[in-house]
Amino acid sequence: MQSNMFQELLKQNDFVITAEVGPPKGSDPIKFLEKASHLKGYADAFNVTDNQTAVVRLSSFAGSILLQRNGLQPILQMSCRDRNRIALQSDILGASALDITNILFVTGDHQTMGNHPNAKGVFDIDSIQLIQLAKQLRDKGLFQNGEEIKQGRPEIFIGGVCNPFATPYWYRIQRLEKKADAGAEFIQTQSVFDIQRFASFMDMVIEQGLHKRLFILAGITPIKSKKMLDRMKYHVPGVDIPDEIYTRLASALDFVHESITLTLDLMEQIKKMKGISGVHITALFWEDIIPLLVKESGCYPRPTID
Amino acid sequence: MIVTRKKSFEDIINALGAGSVYILGCSQCATLCRTGGEKEVLEMKDLLEQQKISVTGFFILDPACHKKNSKHLLRNELQNIEQSDHLLVLACGDGLQVVSSLFPKKHAISGTDTLFLGAEEKRGVFTKRCHLCGTCIAEEFNGLCPIGQCPKHMLNGPCGGSMNGYCEVSTDYPCIWEFILESMANRGQQKNLKQFIKPHNWKESFVCSLEE
Ligand code: SF4
Ligand code: SF4
Repeated sequence: MQSNMFQELLKQNDFVITAEVGPPKGSDPIKFLEKASHLKGYADAFNVTDNQTAVVRLSSFAGSILLQRNGLQPILQMSCRDRNRIALQSDILGASALDITNILFVTGDHQTMGNHPNAKGVFDIDSIQLIQLAKQLRDKGLFQNGEEIKQGRPEIFIGGVCNPFATPYWYRIQRLEKKADAGAEFIQTQSVFDIQRFASFMDMVIEQGLHKRLFILAGITPIKSKKMLDRMKYHVPGVDIPDEIYTRLASALDFVHESITLTLDLMEQIKKMKGISGVHITALFWEDIIPLLVKESGCYPRPTID
Repeated sequence: MIVTRKKSFEDIINALGAGSVYILGCSQCATLCRTGGEKEVLEMKDLLEQQKISVTGFFILDPACHKKNSKHLLRNELQNIEQSDHLLVLACGDGLQVVSSLFPKKHAISGTDTLFLGAEEKRGVFTKRCHLCGTCIAEEFNGLCPIGQCPKHMLNGPCGGSMNGYCEVSTDYPCIWEFILESMANRGQQKNLKQFIKPHNWKESFVCSLEE
C-alpha cells in the first residue's frame, strides 16, 4: 500500500488543500490531465467528481486512476444516485485494491437536475448509510448483509460532505454528528460565501467537540464571471450566495480582480478559525486560478510528510 | 388514493388510431382526481364524437380495480363492448389492467397517467405521500414519510440541497425533512434526531402477488 499523503498531512495538523478537478464530458483524458498537472504541488489531494449535478462525465473511478498514474493523489467520489448497495460495496473494494484510498461519500444531486432528467434514480441508501457501510466493511470486515468479507478488508479514508447553508440550519450540526458517528473522518463543506453563518456553524462544531473527531475542510469557490455568479446564486442546489456578496461582485468594475480579492479574504478568515483543517477549492471552469490563490494565501509551497 | 392525471386528448386520439371506442371510468380515485368520473367520461364521449369517432357505450366501474365486481357490473354491457375496437380506460394503471385482463381480445388504452399514492391537500392540489415501499417505517418519522415524500428517500436527515425549507428538486415542493424535524423537536424527541436509520429493506416492494 502507498502512503496516504492526504491523511498523513491532516494527522500532522498541516493546513491541507484539496482541489476539485471535474472529469471531461468525453473519453479523452488529455485535457483533464493537463488541467490537473498544472495544479501539481498546489494542492495535496484532488477530488474527482462523480457525474456532478447529474451530468454524464468520465467516471470518478477512471479519473482517479488517471490522476494517480500521473502522481497526483485522488479523492474518489461516490454518490448514491446511480448505484445501489451492491455496486457501491463492489466499488469500495475495487478502489482499495487499486490503492485509491480517499473516498468521499455523497448522496448526489437528483437526476432531474441534470442532463438526463428522464433517468431512474437509485437512492437505495443515503450518504450516512453509505458512510456507515464503508466503515463496517473496513473495520468489521462485514458486508451490508452481515456476511464476512473473504479476501481483504478495504483500506480507506472515509469522507463526507456538509452544507452549513442548507435548511434547517439548526439541524446541520446534528447531522454532522450523525456523519461522524457513522464513520466519517474528513469533511468537505459546501462553498463558503456567508462567513458569518459559517463562523457560527464552526462555533457549534467546537462546542460539540466535532473538530476533534473530524478533519474539516472549508469549501472555497472563486467565481470566474458574472454569468457563473448568476448560475451559482440561482441555479445550483445547496449554494447560498448572500445578496451582499452578490452585489459586491456584480457591481465590481473588474470582476475577476474583485472575485480573487473576495476569495482571498474568505481564505484568510477561514484559516484563522479554530477547528478548520484546510480548504477545499472548487474553481468551476477556472482551475488555473488555483496556483495564484494558494500562493497569495501563503499556502505555498505545500508541506511534506515529516 | 392513486393520483392520476389526464393524458392530452391528442395523445389519446393518436393511441386510438381508427375504429370505435367503449369508455370505462372509475367511481373511486379517478373520480376524486376528476380524471375518470362520470363527468369526465361524458366529456370524453362528446369530444370523441365531435371527432367522428363512434362511441359504442360507457360505464363507470365501482371501482375498476375490483375485478370480480367489474366483471359482474359489465355483464349487460358485453354487446356494446364487443362492438368496439378499443377500450378507453379513464382509471389508474391498475384499473386499466383489470379491464384488459377481462377483455383480452380488446385493445385497451389508458386515458390517464398514474402518478403516485397521495392525498388531495386542497382542491386540485395533490401530493405524493407513499412510495409503496413494502415495509412501512413511517413511525420512525412520526408518520411523515421521507421514502414517499423525499425524492432521494433520505432516511437520515435532509440532504444539502434544501433551501429555505424547499426541496432541491423543485422550489415549490417543501422538503419533508423540515416537517419531520420540527415534529421531532416539538415532541422533545432528541434521541430520534440523532438516531441512525439503517438501509431500507426494499425486498417487499417487489412482491407481486399476495394471498390472504
Ligand atoms: S414507509 Fe413505505 S409504506 Fe410506509 S408510508 Fe413510507 S413509502 Fe409508504
Ligand atoms: S431537499 Fe429534502 S425533500 Fe428534497 S431531496 Fe433533499 S432531503 Fe429530500
